Amino acid sequence: MTVQTPNSFRNQPDERGHFGQFGGRYVAETLMPLILDLEQEYRKAKADPAFQAEFDDLLEHYVGRPSPLYFAPRLTEELGGAQVWFKRDELNHTGAHKINNCIGQILLAMRMGKTRIIAETGAGQHGVATATVCARFGLPCTIFMGATDVARQQPNVFRMKLLGAEVVPVTAGAATLKDAMNEALRDWVANVHNTFYIIGTAAGPHPYPELVRDFQSVIGREARAQMLNRTGRLPDLLVAAIGGGSNAIGLFHPFLDDTSVKMLGVEAAGHGLDKEHAASLAGGRPGILHGNKTYLLQDEDGQIIEGHSISAGLDYPGIGPEHSWLKEIGRVDYTSVTDTEALDAFQLLCRTEGIIPALEPSHAIAAVKKVAPTMPKDAIILANLCGRGDKDIFSVAEHLGVKL
Amino acid sequence: MTNRLSPNRLQSAFAKGHAALVCFVTAGDPTPDATPAILDALVEGGADVIELGMPFTDPMADGPAIQKANLRSLAAGTKTADILKIATDFRARHPDVPLVLMGYANPMTIRGPEWFADACAAAGVDGVICVDIPPEEDGELGPALRAKGISPIRLATPTTDAARLPAVLDGSLGFLYYVSVAGITGKQSAALASIEEAVARIKQTATLPIAVGFGVRTPEQAGPIASVADGVVVGSALIDVIAEHGANAAGPVRDLVSALAEAVHAAKKELA
Repeated sequence: MTVQTPNSFRNQPDERGHFGQFGGRYVAETLMPLILDLEQEYRKAKADPAFQAEFDDLLEHYVGRPSPLYFAPRLTEELGGAQVWFKRDELNHTGAHKINNCIGQILLAMRMGKTRIIAETGAGQHGVATATVCARFGLPCTIFMGATDVARQQPNVFRMKLLGAEVVPVTAGAATLKDAMNEALRDWVANVHNTFYIIGTAAGPHPYPELVRDFQSVIGREARAQMLNRTGRLPDLLVAAIGGGSNAIGLFHPFLDDTSVKMLGVEAAGHGLDKEHAASLAGGRPGILHGNKTYLLQDEDGQIIEGHSISAGLDYPGIGPEHSWLKEIGRVDYTSVTDTEALDAFQLLCRTEGIIPALEPSHAIAAVKKVAPTMPKDAIILANLCGRGDKDIFSVAEHLGVKL
Repeated sequence: MTNRLSPNRLQSAFAKGHAALVCFVTAGDPTPDATPAILDALVEGGADVIELGMPFTDPMADGPAIQKANLRSLAAGTKTADILKIATDFRARHPDVPLVLMGYANPMTIRGPEWFADACAAAGVDGVICVDIPPEEDGELGPALRAKGISPIRLATPTTDAARLPAVLDGSLGFLYYVSVAGITGKQSAALASIEEAVARIKQTATLPIAVGFGVRTPEQAGPIASVADGVVVGSALIDVIAEHGANAAGPVRDLVSALAEAVHAAKKELA
């Protein structure tokens, strides 16, 4: 009988960047040498205590970590079941979890001697976080943003410009997040010699899904230690919203080998799974886009279908490859929540806890609202409050029929 | 039906005693019905190899001209089945002209690599260029194509260094497509000296013919490149003509291809 190595859910991807059948490096030849360089440099950085120390220092003094772990008493009472706790990543500098990853990647970019930064953005949160770290380190920054998103996210466009970034409206295709990503890849391929592409979610060609996950895993590592410290035990259920899935994988990954901890990823069901939505796992199937193999919204010929969600941050027709793998092996459960349910949850958290959440974590809160009442009162749910709602005030008002 | 003779068509195209003109158009642009006449115009104009682009919603290696061609084609309702029919009918009309499908991984692999390789073989397709399957992911499509006698045609670029070149060549068949600039299709062109240097460098390792593309638009550009390479690829310039003339593009396409072919075929071969 052969000896089995200890089973772990935390040792992916393999050396070729595959999470089971997902992930990989599906990029044009021009980018391959750079992707291989990036991987090598990331391995060195990961093993370099000085790199880790600088990352930790910036997270503490610039981002404001650790973010609090918060027990939500009135929401818990209102739902009448399990205790609801939040990891407060909305209190980070720039108002979301995105900055964790941007700090890590800009340190890598400088380590590689790159002098220009590019990024894609949908709602503008990743664009703002990227523009922020570029201002902090004095690097020129170009943000690609779908022209449709530029029009509906003007405050974030202005923020990026204040921070010194050039914002390029992308009119190609449907002029939303996936087209912004296409355009960023086109820029990168033409400027490989001096440019670093800061990808905003745990997707794209290897090693991006791994390194974004590692940088975001600070969320789960802190939360795990905080929960043990406060309650002496681990949570029973983790809940996080998923667009590309970086806040979710950041929370989940440090807990993956804690077999008692269940996990729930929440996709955007938009107008409903039988209508326009952005739930790649629920309504898509495996395919290849933007450098990786993963679940995608697509037709029978493999043409990509636009996602829809009230939350521009979840409005992407794909998902990070590690989530596709975690779904396929059954370690994480995935569900979806409609625009209307997310709007209700948004208002519920405002009313019960005095916290205005972003529309992205409002999807997680909506899932919590459904599942908490079915669990005993001594059970613990930990949800990731990955962004604050200031940016969403205008679109929420519009959906509620309020004229500002 | 197998396609055992297919590598011969590509080999013959590069063994005519002059450089080969490789012409790219997007299938279904402006409509699936218009494509056969455009393909015939390429052949009549003197193209030695035809590259038929498979449209994709997210053509991230392409510049504005080919992006728009992709969208025009998809807006006209072009399906994979239409493209395969265009290829099958082309093969019936032109038994000796090599036909290569070029596109992105997702539409090619969505029904499985074996399905796609079988479909290519049945349609008389000689080779496949998949932009976003590098050698590292060859398993996604390469073995299925080679098993059916279809040539997986790889791309080499200015960033493909000597250490990496053998991996690019391993499993490559038909010809090697040298992308002369780091960038997207249809933008700037490379200096002739850098192309000459790159082709010479690649020739030290490669036995396959080398066709040079990206940014080649005119006979004046194509001729000199043909003197230092085995083939010249023209795409965006043809797409621009199709964008301008739509369903009546065949005539103007034939005229441009004739001029390109004259320059490419007359170029004095300087390669050993």
